[in-house]
Amino acid sequence: MTAEPQLRHALSGDADPAALGGHGDGTGGHPPRMGFFTDTSVCIGCKACEVACKEWNAIPADFPDGGFPGTSMDNSQGLGADTWRHVAFVEQRRPLGGQDPGLPRADPTQHDLGHLDVLSLAGQGSSSAPAHIPASPAEPGAAGDFRWLMSSDVCKHCTHAACLDVCPTGSLFRTEFGTVVVQEDICNGCGYCIPACPYGVIDQRKDDGRAWKCTLCYDRLGVGAEPACAKACPTDSIQFGPLEELRERADARLARLHDTGITEARLYGRDPDDGVGGDGAFFLLLDEPEVYGLPPDPVVTTRDLPRMWKHVGMAALSLVGGVAAAFASTIVTGGRRR
Amino acid sequence: MSESEVTRDGVRGGRPDREATTGAVRADGRQGGRRRRGRARAERAMVPDADFRSYYGMPILNPPVWTAPDIPGYLFLGGLAGASSVLGAGARASGRPGLARSSTVAALGGGLLSLVALVHDLGKPARFLNMLRVVKVTSPMSVGSWLLAGYVPLAGVAAASAVTGRLPRVGAAATTGAAALGPAVASYTAALISDTAVPAWHDGHREMPYVFVGSGATAAGGLGLVAAPLREQAPARALAVLGVGAELASVELMERRMGMTAEPYSSGTGGRYLRASKVLALAGAAGAVLGRRNRIASALSGAALVAASAATRWGIFHAGLQSAEDPKYTVVPQRQRLEEGRPATGTPTTTPTTTRTPAAPAGEH
Repeated sequence: MTAEPQLRHALSGDADPAALGGHGDGTGGHPPRMGFFTDTSVCIGCKACEVACKEWNAIPADFPDGGFPGTSMDNSQGLGADTWRHVAFVEQRRPLGGQDPGLPRADPTQHDLGHLDVLSLAGQGSSSAPAHIPASPAEPGAAGDFRWLMSSDVCKHCTHAACLDVCPTGSLFRTEFGTVVVQEDICNGCGYCIPACPYGVIDQRKDDGRAWKCTLCYDRLGVGAEPACAKACPTDSIQFGPLEELRERADARLARLHDTGITEARLYGRDPDDGVGGDGAFFLLLDEPEVYGLPPDPVVTTRDLPRMWKHVGMAALSLVGGVAAAFASTIVTGGRRR
Repeated sequence: MSESEVTRDGVRGGRPDREATTGAVRADGRQGGRRRRGRARAERAMVPDADFRSYYGMPILNPPVWTAPDIPGYLFLGGLAGASSVLGAGARASGRPGLARSSTVAALGGGLLSLVALVHDLGKPARFLNMLRVVKVTSPMSVGSWLLAGYVPLAGVAAASAVTGRLPRVGAAATTGAAALGPAVASYTAALISDTAVPAWHDGHREMPYVFVGSGATAAGGLGLVAAPLREQAPARALAVLGVGAELASVELMERRMGMTAEPYSSGTGGRYLRASKVLALAGAAGAVLGRRNRIASALSGAALVAASAATRWGIFHAGLQSAEDPKYTVVPQRQRLEEGRPATGTPTTTPTTTRTPAAPAGEH
């Protein structure tokens, strides 16, 4: 009984993954756990993250089977061996409310823009609002009946990572930052990690046979740089940092959205007590997770592994018992001659 | 590009508009988020199975890249080998050299081919020895690799001794050793496939080991009926009948307990294989008992039983693929769990102190 609670702690619940992975001395001594907070409410679907990820990690091109799939603006379809960031596009007939660009309002009656010096406006750039701009982008739009959800999906770097748990070669390992990385010089392409992942992240590269997924730019982290996708994100929808800090930031952001009436905003993967012990990469979503292609309540499969081994043991014993019974029955019926 | 610098030490130079509240226009008194979640939930509750939401109907999981016949064959041959080793040891101990010969040879052949199938399915077969790079109890494939690494040589010595009659002492020791590892070889593959997020496999994790040893016993008994002399077949026949009973009962129990994630076991390719398996198993068991005095009837029944065991593995394999490729089997049970207020927390539901035990979800034990 003494080993079991420890084993359970290693397989589920809140935990320090880097320490479980053998980094530090058990009470620290390793860098803080790093992760992503992907705030989909400010994602503009530019796919800069997808491109930056491909560029930095030298991921080969991949095309969806059968050409452009016609699923809104999504042509990468989902995470896989050659897509480590995937931007989902969801079109919904649902009132959104107008878009507020956050710029000072102009007099709505003034629509004659003939005097406007667009060149000087362009010279000002778009990042700082001019004191007075009568152009229409500053006008809040009317509430429509259409909204477009965009979300950049990525490996969740689970606290309890099933892919890592089931890897028979030790190719998948836990870094000192608490992230999960594949060592491609060791992976023998057994494929076990692929169905083990409850999110459908890791996959096999067809012409290569090995499993590939997001490394949270382990090479960049090592020199203090942020991952390529976060670096490229123009709206900071993808935020990188120590997980503790990201969680605080996300909580504040959620409270702010709820205050402004966006009640459907919710955090996904933030809770350290969820089925995978919390995600290293978590999200702010504006609809239910399954709408974005995420499982609503994922569980790390190895949470149930102690029970599986118990049943395997009992089944093995019952096989011995069954064979013994088969031989015993021949003595009872005198069946040796048959 | 973003002007802000998000480093490990925090954000530097973040954009002032970063906190824009998209979709909310408070100045006008209009607000985003007018959707009423309550109504959506009520709609779902009325037709829980048909009504679920997904991303363009695409699967949530990445389906296994394992292929047939490699992986179902690996499952089948492991079961055949493991159970044959135990049967062979019994035959040797009870003075049935013919059955001992056929069973130990089947064990060696099954074990070897099972290993070959596993290596053949690897994306990098040349790196198969990396399986023995670490020992991981959290990876049933690691445990299985070590098991097979120990088992196959023992099964080889046992078979060689039984066939040639040489080195009887070494042969007896190897036979005993193979028989000791055999039950584990026959059953660990159940943990291997259950220890995934594939709904039809994971949710069946309690019964799967019994299905697998039942199926292994069916195959080992069936092979004894095919290959052993008629007068030594009695234990093989009894084992086959026991195996069929255990296999059919465990599958039935598993499907009943699992609920909707058991659907692929009765539909599509998986369902067809499992129906074929049932027919073959019942016919084989009946033929084995009724035709026990006839060599040809026994051999035919034995072949049917071996085929039944294989069909079970193929059926379970394909049912798993089906359940991974349809988002329904991932979303609906998880959504149901959430709506019933019992989300999958890290808290083990078997711990006596838990408050969730009375409403423990199906598939969570």
